[in-house]
Amino acid sequence: MQSNLFSDALENAYRVQIEEFEGPLDLLLHLIKKNELDIYNIPIASITRQYLQYLDLMKELNLDIAGEFLVMAATLLQIKSRMLLPLTPEEEEAEVEDPRAELVRRLLEYQRYRDASFQLTSRNLLGREVFARKFDSQDVADLAPREEPVDVELFELIDAFRRVLSRVSVETFHNVVTDGISIAERISEVLSQLHGGKTITFDSLFHTGMTRDLLVVTFLSILELCKLKLIKITQAESLGSIWLTSAAESDNVVQEEILVE
Amino acid sequence: MSSKSLKSVVESLLFVHDQPLSVDRLVLLLEEHERADIREALDALMEEYATAERGIILAQVAGGYQLRSRPEHADYIRRLTKSRGVKFSQSALETLAIIAYRQPITRAEVEYLRGVDSGGVLKSLLEKKLLRIVGKKDVPGKPLIYGTSREFLELFGLKDLAALPTLKEIQELAPPDPFADQPALPLDPVEAG
Repeated sequence: MQSNLFSDALENAYRVQIEEFEGPLDLLLHLIKKNELDIYNIPIASITRQYLQYLDLMKELNLDIAGEFLVMAATLLQIKSRMLLPLTPEEEEAEVEDPRAELVRRLLEYQRYRDASFQLTSRNLLGREVFARKFDSQDVADLAPREEPVDVELFELIDAFRRVLSRVSVETFHNVVTDGISIAERISEVLSQLHGGKTITFDSLFHTGMTRDLLVVTFLSILELCKLKLIKITQAESLGSIWLTSAAESDNVVQEEILVE
Repeated sequence: MSSKSLKSVVESLLFVHDQPLSVDRLVLLLEEHERADIREALDALMEEYATAERGIILAQVAGGYQLRSRPEHADYIRRLTKSRGVKFSQSALETLAIIAYRQPITRAEVEYLRGVDSGGVLKSLLEKKLLRIVGKKDVPGKPLIYGTSREFLELFGLKDLAALPTLKEIQELAPPDPFADQPALPLDPVEAG
């Protein structure tokens, strides 16, 4: 007998369609619609019972029950108990509002916004049904990484630098002549190359024929710029080219230029 | 310049710009023309695009005018751009709708209307620039007040907020007293048990 009951319950549970509810109001509206109830005259005992059953089911399925669902359960129980209590003479005199009134108002209002949200999404959306011209600033469009850029790990940056160094033949060292270029100077050189929202590749900063010193200074400048958050270092795909952009939004740069006009 | 060539100048400007162009901006750009003439040119262009069955329409969005592809051709354009466009979760849409109709509004008010925590949704809508913070409410805790952005209008193809489809009977939200005609509490004895 026991096992029978259990299997029945199990069967029932499996037959229940678990729908995703946005919240307690959504669930209540669903129950009202399912039972074809009059929203202005909700049989609170019945709806409370069904609501709690649903919560039990969620518990059984190990779904996390958001706190809001519990708050609503408490509200429903409170309304139910208030409706069971007879009105005191004073309350009768003061014509107390139906205990369900606030809940009904909330449900109706929620329903309206939900309907409005369906209306919104049925519009012709830009990028979904209608399209407008859109282009990247300047000629960068062709050069810039197309895919969603990923941030570059320091490790990859060092790897890239090692590749640059390996291209410089060992024999190129000669008398130690101090090139005189400091990191600070190199930083401003790099920045000027990035001016106006340009995107350049990591490799383009290292020319053949540069001294090892200059290569190192250049690399240190890039690290420093990155630390100062003046540039963004991105990669369209892993092992792809590494790109540098100035950290200031390129859009802003363009807009500033418009304003300056 | 004849009105005909003004119309074609306006059309060129609309074609080149990648955002809706407002009448104010056009008036600034075309200083040698009267505002009324520019408006007339825009109206004429809109009419022409609407009637000529072109692949392009001139839409009034976010306080300006923008050339957009005809919605019926969306499938073809998607083949080209390979983009599916934005997709909203129901919670994001609900939140947007509430803010669109009820702005300026605080997070607490949104949450009361939705009945659920909405912090995460608000944050991602802000990140998508569909919402903006319009200020702080002068109540204890100074909560932020949210409103919709220009991008919201552009995305949903709305001329302005007044162009939102009317929420019918929003005033009826608080019906005078829906229970006036129910003197007795209609409790089903079985249900009450």
